[in-house]
Amino acid sequence: MTNLDETGALRRTPLHAAHLKAGARMVPFGGWDMPVQYAGVKAEHAAVRQSAGMFDVSHMGEFRVTGPDAEAFLQYVTTNDLSKLRPGRAQYNWLPGEAGGLVDDIYIYRVSADEFFMVVNASNIAKDWAHLTRQAARYGAVLTDESDQWGLIAVQGPKAADLLQLHADTDLIARKKNSFFSAHLFGLPVWLARTGYTGEDGFEVFVAAEQAEEMWNQLLSVGLIPAGLGARDTLRLEAGFPLYGHEFSDSIHPLSSTYTWVVKDKQHLGREHIDLAPSQKLIGLALDKVPVREGYPVQLDGQVVGHITSGSLSPTLGYPVAMALVNVQSADAEAYGVEVRGKLHEARRVALPFYKKADV
Amino acid sequence: MNIPSELKYAASHEWLKDDGTVGISDFAQDQLGDVVYVELPEVGREVKAGETVAVVESVKTASDIYSPASGTIVAVNEALGSAPEQVNGEPYGDGWLFKLDVTEEGGDLMDAAAYEAANG
Repeated sequence: MTNLDETGALRRTPLHAAHLKAGARMVPFGGWDMPVQYAGVKAEHAAVRQSAGMFDVSHMGEFRVTGPDAEAFLQYVTTNDLSKLRPGRAQYNWLPGEAGGLVDDIYIYRVSADEFFMVVNASNIAKDWAHLTRQAARYGAVLTDESDQWGLIAVQGPKAADLLQLHADTDLIARKKNSFFSAHLFGLPVWLARTGYTGEDGFEVFVAAEQAEEMWNQLLSVGLIPAGLGARDTLRLEAGFPLYGHEFSDSIHPLSSTYTWVVKDKQHLGREHIDLAPSQKLIGLALDKVPVREGYPVQLDGQVVGHITSGSLSPTLGYPVAMALVNVQSADAEAYGVEVRGKLHEARRVALPFYKKADV
Repeated sequence: MNIPSELKYAASHEWLKDDGTVGISDFAQDQLGDVVYVELPEVGREVKAGETVAVVESVKTASDIYSPASGTIVAVNEALGSAPEQVNGEPYGDGWLFKLDVTEEGGDLMDAAAYEAANG
């Protein structure tokens, strides 16, 4: 075996010391030194599916957009319809590229009529900032990069709401999915969003960077299980959530994914590229035994028709699952071959998501 | 970190026992995390020291396993097909990978003290 250890000059979140204290194994991730696991991926995954876990997602970027043109500007640079987004609500959205593909997939939160908050992927912060500030020049909108000011902790799992409720100064249980509101949690001022990326109920806790470690320790003390990037990836894969850099990129047609609802009938940057039919389609695959990884070729009738974009053993289902981008004309087969180290293994096409919690 | 003194270790984290049994070290299984699949070589295959002979897959990644010696594969741990987690639980026991009829050990094998020094 090789490549067990990779280190370098990496950025640290405000929770870095807390991760080391919790015995995390740290790995480089998009230029950050992040916890990949604490107790083990399977245990952390199970904690989120069965009770509640928490993730440090402070490496993600936060931008604020304000001003009388904020809505018009964001309507132009995104594909979803922001005019439908009321204050106190969150919306999943895309930043389409000028030349096709996606600059990023993002979450937008409406604070008030002319103020929005945005969370972007960690590895795309600089790219998104350059893209948005370039596009904003024509609008009366002010962009602020608040990425260093916020700690962000995702509390996820069926018991998340009940656990947090005991320590919050507002009714959390009654809040609908995609709510976004200010509150106090353990006495600390926070913004809470009833969103997440695991396929479970939960809240994302925005806390001032200097109070992030105190919040983390409070959450630990009430029994939340710390979970790392490993579990985050297996959870999102089971839930069929596409991930930037895997299912999305600057060069993948965004409508290849199953998330076609993110594009609404409106004019926006790059619309002419999105209106072209995608040549590939994202499908779900299940295998009997062998885990398949990103980049492995997918075959149909002896021809390579696509490749795996994400794959792993599904801890909940107990067998390997994968997402794959395949040519549209080959996307309706029931079975494919996936090439693993020179050998072909049968994979059957299954519907996405692989896992859906019972009450949704 | 458990490093039995009676074994020899490759820099790439495989261990070799006197009787030709091969596995991966406690350090390696800990670094890999939950092992979910093991691809073993065919019995009868002749291998050279340093050659890729098996693959251990954790939830997150696939890692090549190199033979710490030259020789012939005389046995593989079939039980890992249904219980790959034994590589985590008992890396020096039931989690062994394969057994070699050794003709020549690899030149870079370390004793336990040297392996611990290299990975401490």
